Amino acid sequence: MARMNMIQALNSALDVMMARHRNVVVIGEDIGYFGGVFRVTDGLQKKYGDQRVLDSPIAEGGIVGAAIGMAVNGLKPVAEIQFADYIYPAIDQIASELARIRYRSAGDFSAPVTIRAPCGGGIRGGQTHSQSPEAIFTHMTGLKVVMPSNPYDAKGLLIAAIESNDPVLFFEPKRIYNGPFDGNPNKPAVSWTEHPKGEVPEGYYTVPIGSADIVKTGTQVTIVTYGTMVFVCEAAARSLGIDAEIIDVRSMSPLDTATITESVRRTGRCVIAHEATRFSGFGAELSATIQEECFWHLEAPIQRVAGWDTPYPHAFEWEYFPGPARVALALRAVMNVSGASEREGAAE
Amino acid sequence: MPRLHVPVTPTRPGDKPDFSYVALSPAGAIKKPAFDAGALELEFLATGLVRVLDDGHRAKGPWNPKLDPATLRTGLRHMLLTRVYDDRLQRTQRQGRISFYMRSYGEEAVAVAQCMALEPGDMLFPSYRQQGFYMVRGRPLVELMCQLLSNTRDMCKGRQLPVMYHWKEGNIFSISGNLTTQFPQAVGWAMAAAIKEETHIAASWIGEGSSAEADFHHALLFASVYQAPVILNVVNNQWAISTFQGYAGGEQRSFAARGPGYGMAAVRVDGNDFLAVHAVTQWAAQRARAGAGPTLIELVTYRAAPHSTSDDPTRYRPKNDYEHWPLGDPVERLKQHLIMLGEWSEERHAALTKALEAEVAEAWKEAVKFGTMTEGPRLDAHTMFEDVYAEMPSHLERQAEALRAELALNAELGLTAAKE
Repeated sequence: MARMNMIQALNSALDVMMARHRNVVVIGEDIGYFGGVFRVTDGLQKKYGDQRVLDSPIAEGGIVGAAIGMAVNGLKPVAEIQFADYIYPAIDQIASELARIRYRSAGDFSAPVTIRAPCGGGIRGGQTHSQSPEAIFTHMTGLKVVMPSNPYDAKGLLIAAIESNDPVLFFEPKRIYNGPFDGNPNKPAVSWTEHPKGEVPEGYYTVPIGSADIVKTGTQVTIVTYGTMVFVCEAAARSLGIDAEIIDVRSMSPLDTATITESVRRTGRCVIAHEATRFSGFGAELSATIQEECFWHLEAPIQRVAGWDTPYPHAFEWEYFPGPARVALALRAVMNVSGASEREGAAE
Repeated sequence: MPRLHVPVTPTRPGDKPDFSYVALSPAGAIKKPAFDAGALELEFLATGLVRVLDDGHRAKGPWNPKLDPATLRTGLRHMLLTRVYDDRLQRTQRQGRISFYMRSYGEEAVAVAQCMALEPGDMLFPSYRQQGFYMVRGRPLVELMCQLLSNTRDMCKGRQLPVMYHWKEGNIFSISGNLTTQFPQAVGWAMAAAIKEETHIAASWIGEGSSAEADFHHALLFASVYQAPVILNVVNNQWAISTFQGYAGGEQRSFAARGPGYGMAAVRVDGNDFLAVHAVTQWAAQRARAGAGPTLIELVTYRAAPHSTSDDPTRYRPKNDYEHWPLGDPVERLKQHLIMLGEWSEERHAALTKALEAEVAEAWKEAVKFGTMTEGPRLDAHTMFEDVYAEMPSHLERQAEALRAELALNAELGLTAAKE
């Protein structure tokens, strides 16, 4: 075991897979000689050479298009989009091509590409360096979509993504690259060294795609969340003294519906939290699924906590960010409602 | 057997600077065709290098715009102000008073000479390194600084990263943090001008790295198909963060040479030569305004500064690279030219620098009165819900209401906005 932050864990995953498989290649902007603007690919070009760690032109559509071609020809490309906010020029290659090559060729061709993209706010990045676009990709059939919340999961999920026979969109919440963040920007930064999930095996292991993680067991309410919000939700529940069960979704598509619904049936209450905007956000899918599967067990309407439905503003980062107060308000709302009394009230 | 070619980056940290890869032409050597010449007759302009100032600081050849000394001094002042402004704000960022900054050090002639060669009604679609436009078109520095501070007078209402300015009245479009998106937009603006039978033209700027994006090709195609009155500029400053221009395709042919492929006039110019940049831009503007078609201009220059305050170029290029850049420094070259003409002196230059530093310091004092990231007045956070749509939809009204409750609870929990 070693102590790693999320950047080191991701680097280690790439290193492990490049060492094990000659067909794993890495491509992206500033990722080779420089080692990436967040240092995730640091040292890889030196170790594996410039034929396997490719600095690319600034052309996200080109990066993904070329990665598809490489994958069709037997390589396992891991493409980096420098910021998730820059993924849109590649949308056609992802939505119309990457997601559907297996389907349209009746399984004769496939393109198992992993696309890594740092996402989320909290670094004063303004509206073009802060977005969380994961929901868009969960709406594209044929893609897997994951977002780890800690170094251990980051490494295990990235190895699983590279091994996957299907394309994977791999989102990295950059606010927690260096340490967990409870949503209070005034507190000193915390590193991963103290956190149990900062303990990472140096070699090969996987965290299976499609499995959620119960971060904390609890009895009063289930909080379904992922990415940076995992720690914000923990802090919010703690501040209210609520015994919440916290589920880190980790994998949006495919979704571990069983773990989530089993928990909600048990607690009878549910808050869903993500940093992305609310309207048509991934929380809507979670909420609908939980409602369909758990309706007769719910004591209160499901609450959604999310970023506001505006672009991410530079000056109002913390008013925009769904911090512990927004989570706390949602928790209070679900805790203060009893399903029975609501129904009686409605009948009057 | 084919082997994957990896573009060669000529020098890395610890190497001796080597710019032998830059194809140069002597000052005055490139012919100046009629502005309305057919694109096929102009192909030589895409591979040569238009230069006016020679090594002895004399203006030479057919591209000499023959600007009067007063205009040259104005140009020098704008470039120097840009540099002084940049230096000051770089330091301000280092002190933690603004979150981010990007300097245009070494490429000041691009924005200043080009903007001076255009008309005030021409529409500019910049990237993030053309702050010189604002110096030329005269926007008060205080207004720029308020944007950097995201304060109560910020033109962007706190929504954009520092340097992502805009100026509707000054005909300067809003800067996007995404690359190259403005290039086809400038073409569209110019198409509209042609549809409306107006004589204003559009111009846009990207870095050479950004020419890799598909939007670059969309822009050239639409400009060529519709013969739009537009000037498309590629500022080849050699570096896209850590990535050398060879990775954008500069290794095989010049960026200007993309133009002839689309049947479009294209000129490669010494971007640090104020006179050459001015002359080429004026020629392209005349061409566009006369309905003779669009022009692609490659401005060969050097990004002497880091990409941004988040970047450390000593990790990927020699420290003293800029000292060896064969096209020199734009401010220094125009200064020496004016001195050679007997129209300027070292003393006047030093005095002007001092005066500009005082002007910038004064503006900063004024700007911080309208608030900083950490103290003074602050915009109401609820303004973040405005301008998402022309009229606020009800769900945003509800969210704005919810924010009030949340801020109250925030205060209760001691979670007020970040003090950084």
